[in-house]
Amino acid sequence: MSGPNTDYDPVEVTPLKAEEVEAARDAAIGAISAAADLEQLKQVRIEHAGDRSPLALANREIGALPPQARKEAGQRIGQARGAVNQALAARLAVLEVEHEDRMLVEETVDVTRPVDRTPRGSRHPLTLQSELIADLFVAMGWEIAEGPVVEAEWLNFDALNLGPDHPARTMQDTFWVEPAEHHVVLRTQTSPVQARTMLTRTPPIYVVCPGRVFRTDEYDATHSPMFHQVEGLVVDRGISMAHLKGTLDHFAGQLFGEGIDTRFRPSYFPFTEPSAEVDVRCFVCRGVDADQCRTCRGEGWIEWGGCGVVNPRVLVACGVDPEEFSGFAFGMGIDRSFMFRHQLGDLRPLFEGDVRFSAAFGTEI
Amino acid sequence: MKAPLSWIREYVEVPAEVTTDELTRRLTLTGLKLEAIERPGDQITGPLVVGRVLTQEPEPQKNGKTINWCTVDVGDANGTGEPQGIVCGAHNFGPGDLVVVVLPGGVLPGGFAISERKTYGHLSAGMICSAAELGLSGDHDGIIVLAPGAAAPGADARPLLGLDEEIIEFEVNPDRAYALSLRGIAREVLVSVDGATSFRDPAVREVPQANAEGHPVRVEDATGCPVFVARTVRGFDATAASPAFMVRRLTAAGMRSISLAVDVTNYVMLETGRPIHAYDGDRLAGPLVVRRARTGERLTTLDDVDRELDAGDLVVTDGSGVIGLGGVMGGASTEISETTTNVVVEAAHWDPVSMFRTGRRHRLTSEAGKRNERGVDPTICEAAADRVVELLIEHGGGVADPGVTVVGTPPPMPTIRLATDLAARVAGLPIDAASVVETLRAVGCEVTEVPDGDAAGLDVVPPPWRADITDPQDLTEEVVRLVGYDRVPSVLPTPPSGRGLTRAQRLRRRIGRTMAGAGYVEVVTFPFVGVDSLDALGIPADDPRRDVLVLSNPLSAEAPAMTTTLLPALLRTASRNVGHGQASCAIFEAATVTLPRGGDGAPILPVDRRPTDAELDSLMKALPAQPLHLGIVAVGEAEHSGWWGQGRAVDWTDAVAAVDGVAEALGLRLDRRAVTRAPWHPGRCAELVLGDVVVGHAGELHPKVCAELGLPSRAVAAEVDLDVLIDHAVDLRVAPSFSTQPVAKEDVALVVAASVPASDVEHALREGAGDLLESIRLFDVYTGEQVGDGRVSLAFALRFRAPDRTLTEDEIAAARDAAVAAAGERTGAVRRS
Ligand SMILES: [Zn+2]
Repeated sequence: MSGPNTDYDPVEVTPLKAEEVEAARDAAIGAISAAADLEQLKQVRIEHAGDRSPLALANREIGALPPQARKEAGQRIGQARGAVNQALAARLAVLEVEHEDRMLVEETVDVTRPVDRTPRGSRHPLTLQSELIADLFVAMGWEIAEGPVVEAEWLNFDALNLGPDHPARTMQDTFWVEPAEHHVVLRTQTSPVQARTMLTRTPPIYVVCPGRVFRTDEYDATHSPMFHQVEGLVVDRGISMAHLKGTLDHFAGQLFGEGIDTRFRPSYFPFTEPSAEVDVRCFVCRGVDADQCRTCRGEGWIEWGGCGVVNPRVLVACGVDPEEFSGFAFGMGIDRSFMFRHQLGDLRPLFEGDVRFSAAFGTEI
Repeated sequence: MKAPLSWIREYVEVPAEVTTDELTRRLTLTGLKLEAIERPGDQITGPLVVGRVLTQEPEPQKNGKTINWCTVDVGDANGTGEPQGIVCGAHNFGPGDLVVVVLPGGVLPGGFAISERKTYGHLSAGMICSAAELGLSGDHDGIIVLAPGAAAPGADARPLLGLDEEIIEFEVNPDRAYALSLRGIAREVLVSVDGATSFRDPAVREVPQANAEGHPVRVEDATGCPVFVARTVRGFDATAASPAFMVRRLTAAGMRSISLAVDVTNYVMLETGRPIHAYDGDRLAGPLVVRRARTGERLTTLDDVDRELDAGDLVVTDGSGVIGLGGVMGGASTEISETTTNVVVEAAHWDPVSMFRTGRRHRLTSEAGKRNERGVDPTICEAAADRVVELLIEHGGGVADPGVTVVGTPPPMPTIRLATDLAARVAGLPIDAASVVETLRAVGCEVTEVPDGDAAGLDVVPPPWRADITDPQDLTEEVVRLVGYDRVPSVLPTPPSGRGLTRAQRLRRRIGRTMAGAGYVEVVTFPFVGVDSLDALGIPADDPRRDVLVLSNPLSAEAPAMTTTLLPALLRTASRNVGHGQASCAIFEAATVTLPRGGDGAPILPVDRRPTDAELDSLMKALPAQPLHLGIVAVGEAEHSGWWGQGRAVDWTDAVAAVDGVAEALGLRLDRRAVTRAPWHPGRCAELVLGDVVVGHAGELHPKVCAELGLPSRAVAAEVDLDVLIDHAVDLRVAPSFSTQPVAKEDVALVVAASVPASDVEHALREGAGDLLESIRLFDVYTGEQVGDGRVSLAFALRFRAPDRTLTEDEIAAARDAAVAAAGERTGAVRRS
């Protein structure tokens, strides 16, 4: 590009001499190599390669020379400027690398400082335990059934073969809704969901129901007026106790570890017949040297829940033909399972809401 | 039920090689669960022997006490055969008495070691023991004086005191009432333990013929009392002591020794399972009459409680009126006393349902009631009464009156048709017909084979002590438990393909994870609430949240109802966390609340068929609504302070943002309106709206509520109905498409009256801007002199973009101006220059 040269000053034409061009070039290169940082280099560029640098000014003079001298002067100044620009680029590259290295050193932080700016959330371990159990059964093709906690007396008791004069129905256990003639209770077990399921679905039925249940127990280390149960129900053709045993062995193994199985002891529940208490093999001692074991207190087994073959009377009340179908049911304490799975000796921390407790379990157990 | 092993062995022989552990293990596996084995002698080691007191010299002491310096013959037990010199402080014995001596080297309960020691100027070598010192319960604390000739001096005293005894405690299920007796336990041992033989039934005995000479009895309600047996003993000494073996066994079984007559009835009850009552014959006024109580009748029972009787109660009366609650508890007026000489013994069978109802009605639990309500063998009344008569006479003297009253006959047992293969089918285990028959006969059933035809199988009559057996399924349980539950194989059933979690179930999990991801910790609280809690939240008297479902029997009078809101419990939980030193805490809970619907309650439907859909519908409608709520509370810092600088305190925006986060996770957007609602700050509460449905509230708590609950000021809370949100959650999200054309950004600052909600201005801008508007965001709020009193400047960042082209300056300006114009028109907004 060339515009009118307004700064033209014939007095300054002298730098066109060869030795002066070389001196200007050498001065520039010397200054470039002496530039200690990018800032100095910028100054050097202005002084020695800028518009008012000796070489730039000399370049302008070329036009004023006699034509025969122009070529030589042009060549000489062009070479000098090329050398200066090259030196500038090389020095710039070096200084940029140096600069970047220094910046990175200066920006070093202490990575050991705490970083907990935002609080961490977590879910309740009983919720997680319920979901884990649900997932175990869903993986087998079962489904998750649900029902309300404030429940009709008929569903909590009568439909389950617990008639009005059954000894298991005493005032001590059940929270009754006022007035008692309204026949509404806080469900004492998740079993009414069994009845609800049979009343609303047709077999085959394979469901589990985790949920809250209520008993009028004073609150202490091993009792709570509210706790959690998981109820299982299967109604299908040809179902036997063997299927119950197989299911609970599988459940125990999944929840407590490979090889942990169950033991049945005869028991009594109105809604099942035959009925059994289920003990799960102690997963801490596995029955070896159980005497020393604090988890099972020397038994080798831990009481886990109740189960049995669904009483045909229950099937009839819920509209299932006992001639065609049979079933089994089981009920386990989720809180209790959690307590021995995670070695918790006192159940109260589950319901006290201390954030440190839930936080210890994060979002998956 | 507790029973000494030696007592069990009286009725059944168990091979010597069967240890107690093995015996109880077998019983546990067939249904009589071992609760505990007590060995009262475990705490005593070393020589505990019988001694004969040779001399006893009283020596008064300076402190006013008198001690006895005794010499006691302990045979060869001391190694020398010489009499043992012992100092004793008690006085209830004398020379010639047989006593129990612990010699030096012995250790008594509590680690109390006995050695020779100098005391009261003598070298005392051992101790003469009282029951208390041996860890035995006894009514008086004097020295144990053994019966003359009980054993020779030097003999081990343990067997005489029951200290070598093992007492087994069983857990008895409600269907095994027969195991509340030695008779029943021994029978269980017989059928459960390999090698057990020679069962002797204590209820089988020769009894005298019934006649008309006994105490007159009239039963007016034969359904309530099918059998009533009365016997009389005359010339009985009511002050005679109960024999030691009886006291020992009653004590072992957990019953107190009271008097000979009472002890005998209890002893026979434990032996046979049949509760017995004894009257003072001289205090009976005429015939005993069994009937239902009449309205207004009262009775003072043996526990000294005056009771108003119910027309459903079965009572025993005489000429004086009601004298006992039949089968449950006797009355005080005819109780045996020290002066009683004639005893009338009652052994009656009572209707279990009536027993249960009376017990529950009067909140009366007794050993008799416990057995009668579960069902007792109705055929053994005569035998049990006769056994009582025998023991009374044997230990209290007198004679049996020849009169024997027997009213009624035992109800017959049902005949149950059992398919021979039912047990095998139910157990999933091959059990052949012969085993079924054999097992049922072993438990006492009469079994008849029904050879052919459609109903081929077995006709089974359960034994009279098994009132619990009514159905084929009950017989099946008997067979399977005795064949052994441990033989049932383990087989996984194969369900049809499942559908996985329901959508609502998956969304609930998503909500929990969203909250945890936002820094909230899930808690679980009890759903009980009381007036005080609602008062503390400042909830007004007419607020629907006051309409709670009340429990008849709450654990605490302070929280007698089911809560309508999660906040009282969550706020208390937050406060407790603060108390525990968590200055900052953010918690949530997802749980149902209970909203009563009124109405007449739920019907009791039939159980012999499926209820109709209409019946079920009426049942479901009678239950309260129980929507799932999400409750949120946060106090302290939302972002912590630290080396990086000051943190950020929680404020109302955190409560709203938490709920917005949940809504967003469900694909929903909530609108907000300012409202006044407890427990929130009247100027800082947002009503959260989905479409036109109010789904909840969020904001800062009222300062009074924070103060009341001990929470730091500026705590925040929210509560929303998750069921509504889940119902409306976006089902299937459509993939978005983005424009890659350049974006045009325009900022506008609008001045409006401070009372105009920012969301109104935003809405107006959005609508006025038209389709080219991509997004709008309030980025600054200014109040102050420059905008004037009562006015506020809201600065919005608008982004415009077209899907297909670069917008021109004119298009952008037109859209912006239209937006501002709309805001001006709707909200009075003026563009700030
Ligand atoms: Zn163990």
